[in-house]
Amino acid sequence: MKHASGDKRFKILEAHIKKFQGRQDALIEVLHRAQELFGFLEDDLLLFVAYKLKLPASRVYGVATFYHYFILKPQGAHTCVVCTGTACYVRGADKVLSAVEAKSGIKAGETTADNEFSLLTARCLGACGIAPTVVYDGVITPHQTPDAAVARVNEWLPHDH
Amino acid sequence: MIIDDLDAIAEAERSSAKKTVIRCCMAAGCMSSHSEAVKTSLEKIVRDSGLSERIEVRGVGCMRLCCQGPLVGVDPDGIIYEKVTPEDAPAVIIATQGGEANVKRGDPTHPFYTKQLSIVLANSGLIDPERIESYIAVDGYRALHAVLREMTPNDVVESAIKSGLRGRGGAGYSTGLKWATVAKTPAAQKYVVCNADEGDPGAFMDRSVLESDPHSVLEGMAIAAYAVGANQGYIYVRAEYPLAIKRLQIAIKQARQTGLLGSGIFESPFSFTVDIRIGAGAYVCGEETALMASIEGRRGTPRPRPPFPAESGLWGCPTLINNVETFANIPVIIRKGAEWFASIGTGLSKGTKVFALAGKIENTGLIEVPMGTPLRQIVEEMGGGAPGGVKIKAVQTGGPSGGCIPASELDTPVDYESLTRLGSIMGSGGMIVMDESTRMPEIARFFMEFCMDESCGKCIPCRTGTVQMHRLLDKIVRREATPEDLAKLEELCDMVARTSLCGLGQNAPNPILSTLRFFRNEYLELLQAQPDGKPAPAGANAT
Repeated sequence: MKHASGDKRFKILEAHIKKFQGRQDALIEVLHRAQELFGFLEDDLLLFVAYKLKLPASRVYGVATFYHYFILKPQGAHTCVVCTGTACYVRGADKVLSAVEAKSGIKAGETTADNEFSLLTARCLGACGIAPTVVYDGVITPHQTPDAAVARVNEWLPHDH
Repeated sequence: MIIDDLDAIAEAERSSAKKTVIRCCMAAGCMSSHSEAVKTSLEKIVRDSGLSERIEVRGVGCMRLCCQGPLVGVDPDGIIYEKVTPEDAPAVIIATQGGEANVKRGDPTHPFYTKQLSIVLANSGLIDPERIESYIAVDGYRALHAVLREMTPNDVVESAIKSGLRGRGGAGYSTGLKWATVAKTPAAQKYVVCNADEGDPGAFMDRSVLESDPHSVLEGMAIAAYAVGANQGYIYVRAEYPLAIKRLQIAIKQARQTGLLGSGIFESPFSFTVDIRIGAGAYVCGEETALMASIEGRRGTPRPRPPFPAESGLWGCPTLINNVETFANIPVIIRKGAEWFASIGTGLSKGTKVFALAGKIENTGLIEVPMGTPLRQIVEEMGGGAPGGVKIKAVQTGGPSGGCIPASELDTPVDYESLTRLGSIMGSGGMIVMDESTRMPEIARFFMEFCMDESCGKCIPCRTGTVQMHRLLDKIVRREATPEDLAKLEELCDMVARTSLCGLGQNAPNPILSTLRFFRNEYLELLQAQPDGKPAPAGANAT
């Protein structure tokens, strides 16, 4: 069965499922690939995965909501992930996070109304030797300060004037 | 693949070695400081100046002193350059032809380097983790050959027991005894699983091992599989480690192509394949039964033990689960002998331990020291103390399941038993230094927030206990708590520790208990006066 939308990404996802020979224990692998392709996991996509793996939708939804890595809402065009692991914390990650929250007017886990910017936190990126670290659009950046982080995300934020 | 082929690869690799080797750290820490651009720049200059015959520019794994990255090493001159930029490349190359480069030099005679003893990290920072030839040239896969040709599975288990190696993931159970249990359980299908779900914040040892020397882990897993009678392995890596995943994928592919994984390895009847399973951001999946649920594609919730995975694990089959660092120790133990390994370390804790030094400390990075090394030597001598000569207040080990060791106990030797006596645990090896500016009740709240978020929700003591403990800690930090709240908190700690289903809940109170034990005054200072107007009682063990 093809997906009714005709979206080519469903075909790519299906090929990936075939690579695992439709094995149900590949669910997490398949969800990873789905999120890579679509950016986030919307209900329709989860139903497609459930159908292809012959799993109940509840099971797929249960797994997708259990793991922090899977996101069920669209993200902003740009992302800023502040690492809040212990090493980053004792080196001032909490101050970096509050500065970005104050500047952007959103809390960690939220996206600006114009869908341009998402602010997230990570548990630990394992880059503790260069703490505090922040990931801007997927690029880990070492030794961050509140000022440096605010300057970096400023261009992604809406400007009234 | 037979031993002659292995010799031929090693010989070819050694004979093609060039006079000068410039090593560029390509582990995640240095790469985020643009070490890849440094390497590209060095390669271009070597090519353009016609020095390709004499100089090799090699991407290597972690060179350990992360805070000074990107790091570049030059052999055989024994030079380490720090904070190298692409613009420094010409000077580095000119210096190899005689002369001095005006680039920040590291000090290889600093205790940070000289006090290390490398077993697990022996190849880290030296070999190219993306080329199997580089690993074979340093005796890689020889232990696997020796095991398949000269030892019975029982010999291998005996060797592991004799070495005294204990699990490096945290609990410290004897590796050999675990192997023996799996080996003894009769079953047509068994599995070997490598736990690379390094979730403790502040820990990056396993990431570094996988990024720097992935083949040592694969070889260790293959040896373990032979010992217990498994033919399929899984490595469960967290999704937050994309570079480690990429290097593992390359390593598995190369090992398969070379015939070191797959069927009939070294023309023996032994077959072994390894698949990677990528986590999806759930701390609880570091717990072995939750990890197995996740490999099976389900929600990562733990289940009661027994049955232990050694008897009933993945899909109900006997399963051996060891940590990355544990597996990385195995090939060396086989090559150099169990007696040699057992001669390192203390009475009950053998070998070395890799620690990730981070927090308020001058030299952040990766160290490997013999078990029993005093904390003071690690933190003050090797780590260089807190930046700016500030006084160190405590060292946190074991992540959210561990505790804070006060500065007054820094002479404690680092081994499983000593750390447990202090109310902390060895854990996986994260070591976070805190100075006087860190307030302990806030640290306890920080860890409790972590445990509250990461609790899987299956058992009630952990699910609601962590929320209540966090609420009480928050009240204390906001100076709104009474002595009764503190008493309630201590009561809850005891209840959650005793009644939770898995290690996450059982150990969640540890950061509170250890900070209360050594820094009780800090809590008392935040409490409101008692209703009868008496001042808060003084702490028993306060420092």
